[in-house]
Amino acid sequence: MAKQIHGAREPLMHITKRQECSFLKAALIRLAAVALALVVCAGVIVALTGLNPVQVYASIIDGAVGSNRRLWVTLRDAVALLLVAVAITPAFKMRFWNVGGEGQVLVGATATAAVMIYLGGALPGWLLLIAMALASVLAGVIWGVIPALFKAGWNTNETLFTLMMNYIATQLVLFCVVFWENPAGSNTVGLIHPDTQAGWMPALFGLKYGWSLVIVVAIAAFMYVYLRYSKQGYEIAYVGQSVNTARYAGISVKKVIIRTMAISGGLCGLAGFLLVSSTSHTISEALAGGRGFTAIVVAWLSKLNTFTMMAVAFLLTFMGKGALQIASQFNLNENASEIITGIILFFVLGCEFFINYKVEFRRRKED
Amino acid sequence: MKDVNAIELRNISKRFGKVVANDQINLSVRNGEILAILGENGSGKTTLMNMISGIYYPDEGQIFVNGEEVTIRSPKDAFPLGIGMIHQHFKLVDVLTAAENIVLGLSGPTRLDITAVATRISKLAHKYGFDIDPFKKIYEMSVSEKQTVEIVKMLYRGANILILDEPTAVLTPQETDRLFAVLRNMRDDGNAIIIITHKLNEVLALSDRVAVLHKGRYVGTVETADATVALLTEMMVGKKVELNIDRPDPVNPETRLVVKDITCVNKDGVITLNHASFTAMGGEILGIAGVAGSGQRELLEAIAGLTPKESGEIDYYPPGQPMREISGLSAVEISRLGIKLSFVPEDRLGMGLVGPMDMVDNMMIRSYRKGGFFWADRRSPRTLAEHIISELEVATPGVSTPVGKLSGGNVQKVLVGREISSAPAVLMVAYPVRGLDINSSYTIYRLLNEQKKRGVAVLCVGEDLDVLLALCDRILVLCDGRVTGVVDARTATKEQVGLLMTHTERRPGDGKADSRRA
Repeated sequence: MAKQIHGAREPLMHITKRQECSFLKAALIRLAAVALALVVCAGVIVALTGLNPVQVYASIIDGAVGSNRRLWVTLRDAVALLLVAVAITPAFKMRFWNVGGEGQVLVGATATAAVMIYLGGALPGWLLLIAMALASVLAGVIWGVIPALFKAGWNTNETLFTLMMNYIATQLVLFCVVFWENPAGSNTVGLIHPDTQAGWMPALFGLKYGWSLVIVVAIAAFMYVYLRYSKQGYEIAYVGQSVNTARYAGISVKKVIIRTMAISGGLCGLAGFLLVSSTSHTISEALAGGRGFTAIVVAWLSKLNTFTMMAVAFLLTFMGKGALQIASQFNLNENASEIITGIILFFVLGCEFFINYKVEFRRRKED
Repeated sequence: MKDVNAIELRNISKRFGKVVANDQINLSVRNGEILAILGENGSGKTTLMNMISGIYYPDEGQIFVNGEEVTIRSPKDAFPLGIGMIHQHFKLVDVLTAAENIVLGLSGPTRLDITAVATRISKLAHKYGFDIDPFKKIYEMSVSEKQTVEIVKMLYRGANILILDEPTAVLTPQETDRLFAVLRNMRDDGNAIIIITHKLNEVLALSDRVAVLHKGRYVGTVETADATVALLTEMMVGKKVELNIDRPDPVNPETRLVVKDITCVNKDGVITLNHASFTAMGGEILGIAGVAGSGQRELLEAIAGLTPKESGEIDYYPPGQPMREISGLSAVEISRLGIKLSFVPEDRLGMGLVGPMDMVDNMMIRSYRKGGFFWADRRSPRTLAEHIISELEVATPGVSTPVGKLSGGNVQKVLVGREISSAPAVLMVAYPVRGLDINSSYTIYRLLNEQKKRGVAVLCVGEDLDVLLALCDRILVLCDGRVTGVVDARTATKEQVGLLMTHTERRPGDGKADSRRA
């Protein structure tokens, strides 16, 4: 049997772990990945549609940031996505798989809408906004803390638990729509206070979405500091790395789980507030629009760095908006752009492999 | 076949990035021989064996099996050559039986005749003196039984060159003896056996020849009959080493910690500590001996406030201050009261330290609560980390390197350094030199002795009785969660302690020991 093996050659290539990868090298690899992704996308576009890929790319850019209004809509949506991503970050840093961002956003939005509808005329504008924001945070906290309590008390699986809470939240919104529908029989809520605009987020410095931008960027910056430099941030990191170490350090693991999920859920709830008050001025079960899940991609692609998240959230929203544009302009199915986004993500995620490992090919040997 | 080498390595080299793991190694093992490969941690023993079993591919050099040059690209190539490796971490499927695990992955007839398999396993077991139940599920097995399954799996596949990576690290002394008996039977049957270890006494007891590696280089091979502990140590460390452990006499020992009648029950309702009582004195080292899992961990964790107790009392006598009861307090409450209790747990990177984090963050595990209301203090931990690096000669690129990337000895230096930096009154260490090379081990012994001289009550859980007898002042012996005795380490013998370790067990072996004493 040994004969079979005898004379076999060295493997063609093998993979080794890189000791370290300089920042410049990593940046170059990532840049190369994006470039390669665009080339492959161009190939796919030509093969499937016969269109000029340069035109398609131009159209994507035009659709996302082609006019002042388009730029602001893209920014508005990017900011909402960013807030959800920032919100779930502390939970993920704790290795608590909060896939319930969607539900937490929805209950936050529902609480916002409720305050808006029932207290709309009763409170002065600024007080109403604060009440709406507080209500949204409170609802999000409740939605986030419920799975945390079960996790802390009975070590239930938080992934399933938070996922199920999403469906409950969706049903809750549908239930509320029955009471709030306007006009009657439409089965939708319609714009809330379209005439008085009570509870609508005002403009900042003449910018319609200025407040959202400022609030969310401030929260993202705070979260960066909170996770990296605060005592609570360290507690979250220790619990995430090893529960035994956290116990050893004298950390109450249960308390940290509950507190962190309160923060995570509360911020998701606040994202619901922004979506209602600043963006849609109405509520529906589709309001969260999958942001709770997309945010997970944003958070992990950024390696839980909230500043990187700003860029990633913008990029994903940018691609989404561009997608709508090429769909209408070239009569393509909307899925066409999803393919493009998919290819880009594949390359961007895949290049991490080459940052961590290198492939060595068989060297020629002198015999 | 005695004249042909089962395996011969010529000029084998392997590099990982800039690190040279193996440098021009020459080595051979004959059929019907046990070869021990000896070396400190990181000397390249496991890397070398992984190349023989096909897990790594050598950068340079040739491998000969039974005199013929071969290329081993994967474990699939190694099997037909009769090479089988038993790894430190077992690769078995928990929910399957021993027999199922053994035939897993083998080709054969479509209908699997498991009774025939079991018969063949029993035959093999009988031939070499194994103790194995083919129909027992893996999750019901002890560590030593799992190891047996791994070995039988290799033999069943026709392996006649067996490589065992640190096989005794997880075994009790009795299980080790049984394993060695089996290995000797296999050798006498003409198999070639390579055993990787860093325990000198095992090398001398078992092997025919010893090959020594040092820092990735091949130092030489000696006949075991000609070898002595001093010679092998010198080859392994690269210089002469003073092998005596220093033991200063305790100065003014005073009562520091009194444990009264504590009982602990774990999550599954098993009693882990059974009415244990003892006193630890400042200025002495109290050794804690026992077979693995006799309640050592629970004892230390109960004192540290990490494991809840069913009953009992723990009293702490601070130097020059009145007694304080600390039973029932959590770890946080203990440290808030200013009670200086330090703890080096058994699980260094899973409990004492966080592997992916850097040294500063790891220092902060103990100190992050200091500082303002919101901010964690990062400056003093950095100073402490730098201090530990220079004081204990930690080999690391810097304070921001993840602790998990350091070698075992350096990891332990970081952990012990942090724990003694708080000037403790009580220092508890569990298996402080497990997996450490000789130099690092002696550094740790020196640090423990320094603490003892400062008047600290040191509690040291250990597994190597020779070390405990040389280092400690008194030794407390645990068996099945009970304290079966406290002996004076200066006068006690290994047999005496060993007997106390198996106090409640009534095995045939015990009777023999009893009759010998009588």
